[in-house]
Amino acid sequence: MSARTLTVDGKQISAEKGASVLQAATEAGIKIPTLCHLEGVYDVGACRLCLVEVKGVNKLLPACTTRVAEGMEVSTNSERLNKYRRMTLELLFAERNHVCAVCVANGHCELQTLAYSLGMDHVRYDYIFPKWDVDNTHRLFGMDHNRCILCTRCVRSCWHIEGAGTKNVAGRGTKSKIITDLNQPWGDSESCTECGKCVMSCPTGALFKKGSAVGESVRDRDKLEFIVNAREKKQWNA
Amino acid sequence: MERLKIATVWLGGCAGCHMSFLDLDEFLIDIADKIEVVFSPIADVKEYPEGVDVCLIEGAVCNADNLELIHKIRARTKVLVSFGDCAVTANVPAMRNQFGLANSESVLQRAYIENAQYNPVIPKADGIVPALLENVQPVHEVVHVEFFLPGCPPPADRIKALMIQVLAGQTPKLEGVQLKFG
Repeated sequence: MSARTLTVDGKQISAEKGASVLQAATEAGIKIPTLCHLEGVYDVGACRLCLVEVKGVNKLLPACTTRVAEGMEVSTNSERLNKYRRMTLELLFAERNHVCAVCVANGHCELQTLAYSLGMDHVRYDYIFPKWDVDNTHRLFGMDHNRCILCTRCVRSCWHIEGAGTKNVAGRGTKSKIITDLNQPWGDSESCTECGKCVMSCPTGALFKKGSAVGESVRDRDKLEFIVNAREKKQWNA
Repeated sequence: MERLKIATVWLGGCAGCHMSFLDLDEFLIDIADKIEVVFSPIADVKEYPEGVDVCLIEGAVCNADNLELIHKIRARTKVLVSFGDCAVTANVPAMRNQFGLANSESVLQRAYIENAQYNPVIPKADGIVPALLENVQPVHEVVHVEFFLPGCPPPADRIKALMIQVLAGQTPKLEGVQLKFG
C-alpha cells in the first residue's frame, strides 16, 4: 500500500493511494456534507454538496469523486462553499414538490436534515411546482417523483448491489426522471426482484414501502370478526 | 417603555401555527406587558392598523384577499416574519399549483363538485368569497420578508426562541433543528 499525505482544513492526514478526498476526510474525522454518496456503491458526484476547495484549482471539486494526491491542500469549510451548498439545496427544493409536512420521510429525510443543518431557513428561488406522478403500481413499493432529487442511489444499488438493472435515468435536465425498465409501470417490471434495495438507498421520501403513508393505515378489522365468529359460532368463514 | 405593537395574521393555512402560538402558555403572560397585540385572528380588530412593529404571518398567499392584505401589511409593518411552512414554502396549499394553469378551476371542481355529497355547486359570490389566485405563493415571493420561522407548525419553543430575540431588538438567529421543515 502506498500512502499519500495531504492537508484537510489545515490538518495533516495520510490516505491510501486511490482513496477519495471524502474517504480521507471522513477517516480523519472531518465531516463533509453529502447526499448522493452511499456506502457500498461507487460515487458519481451527482448532488454537488460535498464540493471542496483544492489549492491551485479554480473550480470547486466534489470530494467523493476526487482522488487524494501528494501535498494536496483541501478546504472543506468556507464562506464560498457554504454559499454554494446552500444554493444547491435551495435549487433541489425549488425543482420538485418537497412538502415535508405530508411526506412519508418527514423526520427521516437526509435532504430535510441537511437543509436545517446548513441553515436553510427559506428558499430564495421561485418554486417551480412541476407536475409529477406517483407510481403505485408495484405490490410492495411506491415511487413518488415529487420527492426525487435524482441522486441515483437507487439506480446504483439496483445495478451494482442487486445486479437487477431495473432502475434507470431517462430524460434531460429538470425533466430527468428515474424509470423502471423501459419506462414502464413498476408493477409491470419483469426484471425487478422486489429486493427493496432501492427503497433502502433513497435519501428522501421518493421511494417508500407501501403501508407507510398516513392513509394506508389499514386495520384488518375483518380478522377480528373472523376470530369472534370462529369462537362463538364455530364458523370458519375466511 | 412603550410596548411593541405585534400583529399575527392568518392567510392560507390551517391555523395550526396560531394553535402553536397559544401553546406558548405562560410565556404569553410573561411578555404581556412588553407587547400589544394590535391585530390577530384571536383579537377582534377589523382593519390592519398603521405602525405595527412585528407581524407574524401564518399561511401562503392563496387568494385575492390574501394578496391585498399582505401588501397592506408590508406597507404598515416594520418587521415581517414568515410564520410556519405555509408562509415559508407555500407547503400544502401550493399542492394545487401543479395542476396547471386552470388549476383554480380544477381545484374547485374537485372540492365542490366531484367530492360533494349534497348540492354540488362551485361557490361564487363576488365581494364575499375571494377569488383564488392562479398560483399559491410563499409570502416572500410576494413581499419582502425579514425573518423566517419554519415548521408545520413551528413548535412553541421555536416561536419563543424567535420572539425573545425579536423583542430584544436583535436579528433572530435560529440554528440546526430549530429550522426543520415539516
